[in-house]
Amino acid sequence: MLKMNRFSQEKAPILEALNRYKAMRVVPFDVPGHKRGKGNRELTEFLGAQCLTVDVNSMKPLDNLCHPVSVIKEAEELAADAFGAEHAFFMVNGTTSAVQSMVMSVCKCGEKIIMPRNVHRSAINALILSGAVPVYVNPGMDRELGISLGMSLADVELAIKENPDAKAVLVNNPTYYGVCSNLKAITDLAHRHQMRVLVDEAHGTHFYFSEDLPMTAMEAGADMAAVSMHKSGGSLTQSSLLLINNGVSEGYVRQIINLTQTTSGSYLLISSLDISRRNLALHGKQIFHKVSAMAEYARTEINKIGGYYAFSKERVNGSTIFDFDVTKLSVHTLDIGLAGIEVYDLLRDEYDIQIEFGDIGNILAYISIGDRILDLERLVSSLSEIKRRYAKDKAGMLSQEYIRPQVELAPQDAFYAESESLPLEESSGRICSEFVMCYPPGIPILAPGEKVTDEILEYIHYAKKKGCFLTGTQDSQVNRIQVIREG
Amino acid sequence: MELWFTEKHTEHVKFSIQVDKQLYSGQSEFQRIDIFDSPEFGKFLTLDGYMMLTEKDEFIYHEMIVHVPMAVHPLAKRVLVIGGGDGGAVRELTRYLGIERIDLVEIDRQVVDVCRKYLPQTAGRLDDPRVSIHYEDGLKFVRAEENVYDLIIVDSTDPFGPGEGLFTKEFYGNCFKALKEDGLMVNQQESPFYPVDAIAMQRAHKRIVDSFPVSRVYQAHIPTYPSGHWLFGFASKKYHPTEDFDASAWMKLGLKTRYYNPKIHIGAFALPNYVKTLLEEVEPGR
Repeated sequence: MLKMNRFSQEKAPILEALNRYKAMRVVPFDVPGHKRGKGNRELTEFLGAQCLTVDVNSMKPLDNLCHPVSVIKEAEELAADAFGAEHAFFMVNGTTSAVQSMVMSVCKCGEKIIMPRNVHRSAINALILSGAVPVYVNPGMDRELGISLGMSLADVELAIKENPDAKAVLVNNPTYYGVCSNLKAITDLAHRHQMRVLVDEAHGTHFYFSEDLPMTAMEAGADMAAVSMHKSGGSLTQSSLLLINNGVSEGYVRQIINLTQTTSGSYLLISSLDISRRNLALHGKQIFHKVSAMAEYARTEINKIGGYYAFSKERVNGSTIFDFDVTKLSVHTLDIGLAGIEVYDLLRDEYDIQIEFGDIGNILAYISIGDRILDLERLVSSLSEIKRRYAKDKAGMLSQEYIRPQVELAPQDAFYAESESLPLEESSGRICSEFVMCYPPGIPILAPGEKVTDEILEYIHYAKKKGCFLTGTQDSQVNRIQVIREG
Repeated sequence: MELWFTEKHTEHVKFSIQVDKQLYSGQSEFQRIDIFDSPEFGKFLTLDGYMMLTEKDEFIYHEMIVHVPMAVHPLAKRVLVIGGGDGGAVRELTRYLGIERIDLVEIDRQVVDVCRKYLPQTAGRLDDPRVSIHYEDGLKFVRAEENVYDLIIVDSTDPFGPGEGLFTKEFYGNCFKALKEDGLMVNQQESPFYPVDAIAMQRAHKRIVDSFPVSRVYQAHIPTYPSGHWLFGFASKKYHPTEDFDASAWMKLGLKTRYYNPKIHIGAFALPNYVKTLLEEVEPGR
């Protein structure tokens, strides 16, 4: 997908406006109170004066994120052009807020939305906020690797048939592991049934700047997409884009965004989006070519070690793995007798290497333009050492199973229902009113409104034992769980 | 006119050598390479502005990194040198007729080319038929080897820049795997004197102790390196550096050296108290 106007993409309106503003040497009698850093020397020393001088408030020459009319508007238009969308919103509350805004833009309270269950918590949070009701499609499961996949077209079709009143289909594309669904076919199908198509494209920014990577949401004709610029796009953490298409109302979506987004949008985040968009538009193709090559190199080297399986396109099956993002370096570890989370911890504690996450059976190392081959050599050599020093018999290793959720109540109803706290081991059979998940990846094991089962409790217990970081519950230790009061 | 090369040994300490002229300056894929000629130290090589060797004092470093392990393991036949594109360590190794094969793994071909041209004093034996040069990352090279080498010499640059992978635990672990059951490894291990260098030295020591059953540190005096007080690591699967050292056997080889001798060998492992303390801090269970 590379069809933008190259000439105008060399502009960076927000960067230019901030530079003009700095040159004016305006005396600030407005917020922020650190006054270009002068009022907080320690912070300025730590973050740098350059950074603090552009931590400024909205004002006429710099536009206003809540209602853009000048430089932010122009920068958003350039981003829309770069991503092939009708409009692009700059988001400063993370892709979480972009996902929530998508759901809330198309679903009102009580309306149905079709989605896979292996979504990020932000999508289910959106259901709690909006009162929309999920229709879960079971994602495919790769039993060998123990990872959940994309939705098959047939399963989406069935869900649409059974729920013709649903307003939208949400697709998680690609997944954290780089698995893509048949986005084009799902989009066409949903559109034939007058449903909107929303794409959580948090892990797919780079698809927009390469001809060799899987299809993007905008190319597939989806209506909205949430794109984490701060992941593969290189902008600052928490900055993101929301793309719209097919006549979705810009004004209405902006109102929805403004329901929950800050009115003090950070210019550090906003300018990072502008600068990163320019960089991607001008150099993205070379960048992701190089990233793909690095990931491929690392895969080859890791597979040479033996025992590990760094998987890629050979898993494509035409349905639940319709395509694969080759920039993702996912490695299956169970065959050396170690859980992914154990390898993840060893890499950090023993070898000073921080990877993106480890789950029960796999690790994911995030490869980007910031990487160097010599760092990849360290990763590969460390994996080789971990195998030499720690490999065990694989007997007794649990593979990740997709546990089909038993949804008893809509997430909003469950979240706000009268609840009580129970020890985990006494909660089987009850309906929970909160989340339980490993973070990362942040995909709920339990979501509000779902029934707690022995199988789920066993899984939580195993994940804890292996060292997964569990979160979501009121109890910070995740020993107790909120369940809906009975009777 | 006075022309000086200056290296900052710390933020507050500078070391300068008067330069007669610059003979070469180039940027490789990995680093900036310079060769200078100086009245006091002769020709010298710097990488990214850091002193690597001078013609006047390189003998100390190269003799100490080669003869100490060779005197402990005189039957070594297969030797791996990682880094060391200047050829100095290889030059000393080629003097042992029992060595059958020397693999030199240098990431930067340009360093070797420049040294061959400007520093024949160190690079002059790179064409010995027993020497094979591999231009790749040492970390990658050693990963693929198992139970192959009698001796590995880690002649690295500093623990930042292209040589940083050669100070990691995974690298030392890979070296352990690549060595035969009685193999040993020596490495340049920075200086104990200035705090920044001392931290790097401690980190390297900790990782080697974790990887090898025998791990000792020895020292030498190298005028052009920061503080002049330099350490080497001696790590081994079997042999002890002084107890398994046969001085008379080494003397019989009849090698002429300018720094190394059997008494230096023993004495080099005697360390100042502050260095012992630094090392003990990172040794487990002591």
